[in-house]
Amino acid sequence: MQMNFVVKNDVLVVRVTGELDHHTAVQIRERIDCRVSDDGVMRLILDLSGLTFMDSSGIGVLIGRYKLMRSLGGTLAIVSGNVNVDKMLDLSGIRKLMGVYGKLDEAMKAV
Amino acid sequence: MSIRNHITVEFLSKSENEGFARVVVSALLAQLDPTIEELADVKTAVSEAVTNAIVHGYGENRGYITMDCTLEEESLTVIIKDGGKGIEDVKKAMEPLYTSNPDAERSGMGFTVMETFMDEVQVESIVGVGTKVTMTKRLGTKRL
Repeated sequence: MQMNFVVKNDVLVVRVTGELDHHTAVQIRERIDCRVSDDGVMRLILDLSGLTFMDSSGIGVLIGRYKLMRSLGGTLAIVSGNVNVDKMLDLSGIRKLMGVYGKLDEAMKAV
Repeated sequence: MSIRNHITVEFLSKSENEGFARVVVSALLAQLDPTIEELADVKTAVSEAVTNAIVHGYGENRGYITMDCTLEEESLTVIIKDGGKGIEDVKKAMEPLYTSNPDAERSGMGFTVMETFMDEVQVESIVGVGTKVTMTKRLGTKRL
């Protein structure tokens, strides 16, 4: 699992590649929360289009970051564009809570 | 149905082994030439069952998890067994969004994912003895 952080127009874009499971979720949530705090951002995009695997631990990470951004008065958007991730997102019903977009450009406009 | 192949692996209840279990089951299932979706479904269901054994079965303790896989001509049956604390109320544990630890950012979707992505899921558990999850995936149903 690898993570890449970029702040663009006051939006923190976190691109996660590789596998998101219970093992990697711990590190992912810690690093994201740390960067949100350090950078003082109110808008967060999680780009999951580079994931090769995600199970329900990923849904836990998304719900946790949604709660975090809400507690700060901020917003969260997801970039998927990945069949396996989409299937998990559909099953969880998470699209009712947060915006899920096929491309980063679309998420940047919406967040 | 005749058995085409069979493996049993045992590994420590460490989260690093979630990925190991997925790789093992993927390598075995590849012998049936599955679709990408079938492969992803099985990997995800196995990941959920192994994670449950680590997080809920053993918790802070360490123990062994056994993964037993039987490949038949058109199906795969995976049994994930732990010797952890067991589940008091299996029916309740299998309810969608139920989690025994709401503060740990668990989605409570583990059994729902297994039931959605596999064709059959059976859970047997004895408190203080452990839990056994038996899952079957029939292949080729979408190719007909």
